[in-house]
Amino acid sequence: MSLDKEKIKHVAKLARISVDDAKVESLTKDLNSIFKFIEQLNELNTDKVEPLTSILNQSLRSRKDEISDGKIREKILKNSPKENEEFFVVPKVVE
Amino acid sequence: MTDITNQSLNEIIENVKTKKVSSTELTKAYIKNIESAKKLNVFVTTTFDQALDKAKQFDKKPNFDQLLPGIPLAVKDLFCTENTKTTAGSNILNNFIPSYESTVTKNLWDNGSFLLGKLNCDEFAMGSSNETSHYGNVINPVGDQLVPGGSSGGSSSALAADLTPATIGTDTGGSIRQPASFTGTVGLKPTYGLCSRWGIVAFASSLDQAGPMTKTIKDCAIMLESMSGFDEKDSTSINKKKEQYSKNLKDNIKGLKIGIPKEYRVDNMPKEIDELWEKGKKILKNLGAQLIDISLPHTKYALPTYYIVAPAEASSNLARYDGVRYGYRSKQGKDLIEMYEKTRSEGFGDEVKRRILIGTYVLSSGYYDAYYLKAQKVRQLIKKDFDDSFKKIDAILTPSTPSSAFKIGEKTNDPVSMYLNDIFTVPVNLAGLPALSLPAGVDKQSYPLGLQLIGKALDEQKILNIGYAFEKNCGFKNEIKKWWS
Repeated sequence: MSLDKEKIKHVAKLARISVDDAKVESLTKDLNSIFKFIEQLNELNTDKVEPLTSILNQSLRSRKDEISDGKIREKILKNSPKENEEFFVVPKVVE
Repeated sequence: MTDITNQSLNEIIENVKTKKVSSTELTKAYIKNIESAKKLNVFVTTTFDQALDKAKQFDKKPNFDQLLPGIPLAVKDLFCTENTKTTAGSNILNNFIPSYESTVTKNLWDNGSFLLGKLNCDEFAMGSSNETSHYGNVINPVGDQLVPGGSSGGSSSALAADLTPATIGTDTGGSIRQPASFTGTVGLKPTYGLCSRWGIVAFASSLDQAGPMTKTIKDCAIMLESMSGFDEKDSTSINKKKEQYSKNLKDNIKGLKIGIPKEYRVDNMPKEIDELWEKGKKILKNLGAQLIDISLPHTKYALPTYYIVAPAEASSNLARYDGVRYGYRSKQGKDLIEMYEKTRSEGFGDEVKRRILIGTYVLSSGYYDAYYLKAQKVRQLIKKDFDDSFKKIDAILTPSTPSSAFKIGEKTNDPVSMYLNDIFTVPVNLAGLPALSLPAGVDKQSYPLGLQLIGKALDEQKILNIGYAFEKNCGFKNEIKKWWS
């Protein structure tokens, strides 16, 4: 299958990445060549194969649902591009 | 005394322990080297003052019983370091200062070492040449027009140029082994789960694994011992007893069975790679190992599988970079959605965007079964190939890469040709196995070439032993002229 420009714009929208019209052209070319490469997998019949979901022969551990830290608001807000000492600040969402 | 910085980590440790050199003298020697190596563009951040403080503290109250007593180390800028900027080679993290330390680096510091600086890498570890970094190309000390490999290209260059006595990288599809091969150094990708992923900027969580990059096998064993171990904070960390890799290093490999997979002889592979492989086989045979022809029939499907699985996981992992809680935020965007879109567009580079788009597409409604599920099934077949082979052999020998280091810009216009660099390294990540890249020779331009030893899960000691015996008998010496200083 081949990806057209509209499809790529749609996927970019899903991924929340704005793409300039000027860039869509080269992106279309690159992604199509990558997908052509990927689609070699269609040569294989995998009807009877179980998908591999974990590489380890163990299930994921769970831990008790307990608070292990806290009172670190300052630390958490320290790297935010915009905050008001208590909250992360984003552009207005509700009118 | 002679230049201490061109010695192996093990020799340096001995010199510190016997007080031939102090930690402060050692640290100063590396700082001097680093300051005269700006052309290589290896460091994103240096932490000299902090390192000298730590060195002085060590010298005042030395503890020589540690694995890394008073040793300064530079690490890939993908490991979060407390209060030291961590960029992952990306613009989107250009101002990110973690308030926590990755488990792997913490383990290194707990063994007596300290941070010298953060090393350049491909953006979010996505690349095979270090050309996708927001902070510019790293230059391979082997030649001023050559890439150092990727994504741990800053790590491999720093090591080969004597800017750190040893280092660590991460390997999702070859990012430790390929740069090691391009610089004539040793690189190990451990078994998935042996080293904690906690505090490492995530790329593809089912494939990512941190590992050592060193000048010798002994050094590699010391580093692996220092950095590995169970970690409660990583849900895929393996809970097992800690191994003493360096103490248990043996060079007797008599009787070991080494598999030679026929599928690793690919079309258009340079003759030199084939000759190197033959040389490797001969060395192991002379040491008493038995060579056994094996088949890993799904090898050719490993890269296409990887380019579904890795971007899918990356698109999910990188969804967190939205300009709200940390990292770069675009000044444009009239509402929240537009702010996200502009932030991610300006914050990520082209290769990262490509991979996020591939990943978003293969996971999107209507395409999931055709791509992602298909890839998971083929991944099962690739793993089964290894499982079947390892019933009758101890380790597998292959070339590390299909070529030596290439020129900067040579492959940037064709993503698929860049991806093909990882053709021999990617299958191991998909199967979660350990693999070692060993410097083994040079091509006709005198650029280093590496061979790869693949082991069973958690069989690091065995491949290190084979590497140790190989190293003693290979006669490879990394001769790099310091043209940059």
